[in-house]
This record gives sequence, C-alpha cells and structure tokens, in this order.
Amino acid sequence: MTEPDFDVIVVGAGVAGSVTALLLARRGLSVAVLERGESPGSKNLSGGILYSRVMEEIFQDFVSQAPVERRIDRNQVCFINQDSWVSLDYRDQRLLEAETAVSVLRGRLDPWLAEQAEAEGAMIMPGVRVDSLLREGDRVVGVKADEDELRARVVVAADGVNSFIARDAGLRERPPLNHLAVGIKALVTLPEATIADRFNLVGDSGAALALVGDCTQGIGGGGFLYTNRDSLSVGVVLRLDDLTERGVRAEDVFQHCLAHPMLAPYLEGGEVSEYGCHLVAEGGAAMRGAIVHDGLVLVGDAAGLTLNTGLTVRGMDLAAGSAIAAAAAIAAAIERDDTSAESLREYERLLGQSFVGRDMETYSKAPGFLETPRLYGDYGNFLADTLRGVFALDATPRQSMLGTARSALRRSPLRIRDVARDAFRAVRSL
Amino acid sequence: MKTLTTTELLARNRYVTDEEESHITVNQEAAKATGTAERLIRCCPADVYSWAADGTVAVEYAACLECGTCLAVADPGTLSWHYPRGGFGIQFREG
Repeated sequence: MTEPDFDVIVVGAGVAGSVTALLLARRGLSVAVLERGESPGSKNLSGGILYSRVMEEIFQDFVSQAPVERRIDRNQVCFINQDSWVSLDYRDQRLLEAETAVSVLRGRLDPWLAEQAEAEGAMIMPGVRVDSLLREGDRVVGVKADEDELRARVVVAADGVNSFIARDAGLRERPPLNHLAVGIKALVTLPEATIADRFNLVGDSGAALALVGDCTQGIGGGGFLYTNRDSLSVGVVLRLDDLTERGVRAEDVFQHCLAHPMLAPYLEGGEVSEYGCHLVAEGGAAMRGAIVHDGLVLVGDAAGLTLNTGLTVRGMDLAAGSAIAAAAAIAAAIERDDTSAESLREYERLLGQSFVGRDMETYSKAPGFLETPRLYGDYGNFLADTLRGVFALDATPRQSMLGTARSALRRSPLRIRDVARDAFRAVRSL
Repeated sequence: MKTLTTTELLARNRYVTDEEESHITVNQEAAKATGTAERLIRCCPADVYSWAADGTVAVEYAACLECGTCLAVADPGTLSWHYPRGGFGIQFREG
C-alpha cells in the first residue's frame, strides 16, 4: 500500500470540517483541509443563529474570542397573515448570561475557525475542489482533485448538504423533496444604533424572529430575521415539495416576505450587501443514512445533521457536535491502526450518545408534524380572528374569550378534531 | 427598503467566473418532457435558468449561488450539475 500523505484529509472548511481538523491536529495527527472556495467561508451560508454552548467544549471563552455578531436574548415567534400577525415575544436576561445562542456571519466565523485549526497544526488548502474519492477496492484511501491524488488513512466528508462525497461513496440516496428546503437570504446593512433602537436591544444583545404563514405565501417553511451587529439576516426557507407544487417563483416568495408590513419597517433604509441561498436538510433523523464507510466518515450537513423544531433551526451546533464525536473515533481508529468501517463505527456510537444523537431522536417526529398545511395559514388567521374579537370593541356586546374563539373557529376552515389532533402532535413532536 | 430585482440583488455579490467551463448542463429534451425545465426556472433563487427565444432552457451559470436546489428538483437524467472548479464561482463575503 502507498504511504498516505496525511493521517486525515478533511473535505470542506465549514464548522464541521474545521472543528474536526482542529481536534485531530490537537491530538498530534497530520491533517489537511481541502476547501473549494477561494478562502474558508467563501462558499458557506447560514441563516445565522449558532447555539454556541458546544463550542465552549472546543474553545475557551468562545463567545468573547470568536467573531460572533450578537448574543441572542430575544426570541420572537410570529404567525403572519396577510394584514395581521400574532406573535410570542420572549426575552430573558438569563439567556444573555447563559450565552447559549449567538448570531454569526460565516464569512467571519469560518476563516476564524480555520485559523484556529491551522494554529493547532492542520494544513488548510483553499481553492481546491475534490472531484472524487480515491479507492482501493471498496476502501476509501484518499481523494482526487484536478490531476492530483492525495492519500490519507481516513477521509472526512464535511462537504455540506449536497455532499458529492457521500453520493460518490454510495452512502446517500436521492432525498425526497419534502426532506429538503431552500433558504434564501439577504444581508441588509444598517447602522448599529438603528438596529438597537428598532429591536430594543442593549449592547451586544440580539433578537431572532421566526415567522410562519403568509411570509412564505403559505408554503411549508418560514421566514426569519436575525440581528447582527450592523446588519440584518433576513429571508425565507421553502420546503421543496410545496414550492414545486405551488407554481410560484422562489424569488417572488422571498420578495413578498421582505415587503410584509411586519418586516418592512425593520428593513427600512437598509442596503442589501449580499444575496445568497443554501439548501437545508429538513428530514431529521429519518433522513440520515450510513455515516461511516471503510476509510471514510461523514460529519455536519454532509451527514444530514440539521434540525428544524419549528421554534429553533439548528445545524452549526450539530456540525460541531458531530466533529467532536468523529475526531475522537478517528483518532482511536488510527491509534489501533484499523480504519475500517467497523472500527470507525465508534463515531456512530459516540454521536448517538451525544446531544446531537439525542436531539435528533427527540425531534424525530417534528418534520412530519411541520408538514401540516394548517400551520402555514389557518392557525394564524384563527389566532388573529380570536384576538380581533377581544380587541375590536365596536359598541356591540362582547362574548367571553371562549365564545369568541368558538365563533372564530366556526368561520375558519379548521375543524375541532384537527385542532385537537394537531395540539397533541405538537406537544409530542416538538 | 427599495425592492431590488434579482439581477440587482446578485450584483451585490462577488463572483470569480470560470470563463472556460460551465458547471451546469441541461439535457434539453428530457428537461422539457419531464416538466423539469419549468421547475428549474421557478425554483432557482438566482434566476440561472430561463426560457430562451428558441424554446430551450438558457443557463446563466455565472450567477449560480451553488445551493443545489436545481439538482434536487430535477428528474434524474435531465441535469448535470456539480460545483465549479476550485476557486471559481460565488465567493460569499458575509455568508
């Protein structure tokens, strides 16, 4: 067998790739990270909330050291109708102190992560696209990039949601459309003080708004608005089964969302500085296939590790969590001098025990529940109609709250039976 | 905020265009026969795909944001799509 060039080759310098590389280099292994972008981060895009507690396991004082935007202490969930909206606005000083969520821009975070990996001894090679896996028999022994062949004891596929490596290895079936969504996002620049005023923020505290309903014209998915230091990340996530069936244009839905009276005032006077999109795996646990093969391990988005729980949308924290499990398993496998699938399966076990595996399990019913069409129209209208009955005092006698809700329900396409079933499923799956 | 067209939105981005090689090829016959053509045109947030005057699907590969939505909605055999060569394509500054 030809002597490998590196112990480990990591494909992709995103959160999963750079953290895996950093942890392996920290253990004294030789690691190369191949990144197809001009520089780390240049191909990467997130909505932008990072549930950052896991990063503290890797970096001391992550939140104060890393280039994060704002610490999120205000979470708002809004049902959006055409001319009305109903929102739950949760703000908590304890969230600020606990530092559990921060907004980030990948153009700043990812170069920093790659630098940290480099400081631990990993070699970062940008501008290199991996074309295919290099194999001996069924075993992965390296990668091919342009005319070059690079060999390693283990290849880590951290090449994102479209993972061509996972497809090449036969580990990924073509996902059904209801398991995928496209996120479309604009970065809107505004002065820091304006953002603080509009969202009622103090210092580096920040807000995360999750919108559902008319913001996507009823298409499964939702809208989002996150505050960065001097910009807003705003956009929509559209489930592809619904988008393809609905006959609308993705960009029109995006524009419709930004123009909604709930969002437009926040964006007023802003300048779009960037426009991007990204595919999101929404299938949850049901979508995940095999994540190890002889000489190969999948991490992060490439492993299908994203979670949409309706209230929180997670990917980067799961990417870091999978990197921790993968690095431990890979180092142990190399130490044993056995990097077969059987030996690397330790990664699956560690992942399953970690918060990543547990949360994927806990929320395994969420994707099914979130396909309920009533969530994207009927409920928002029902809530607004009920509240209208309470607040629109027009000198006619009022009904009790229950009576008001009952008559709103009678006018709505919602049936009591559906409401009861949805409530039960919501409690069980979210 | 002023509504921008997709072209105006894309103009805010930084691209390094591979002038020698497109990373996207549409199988015109199959794409039209399966309805894939219409899905590509509607679902791509970067307006990469459009109807050309001769009824084929025109591909403006330089505008691609590399999300992979087109590959997901295309029927098998209708579209060849991979990432641009290393260092080329969209280069997000903010992400």
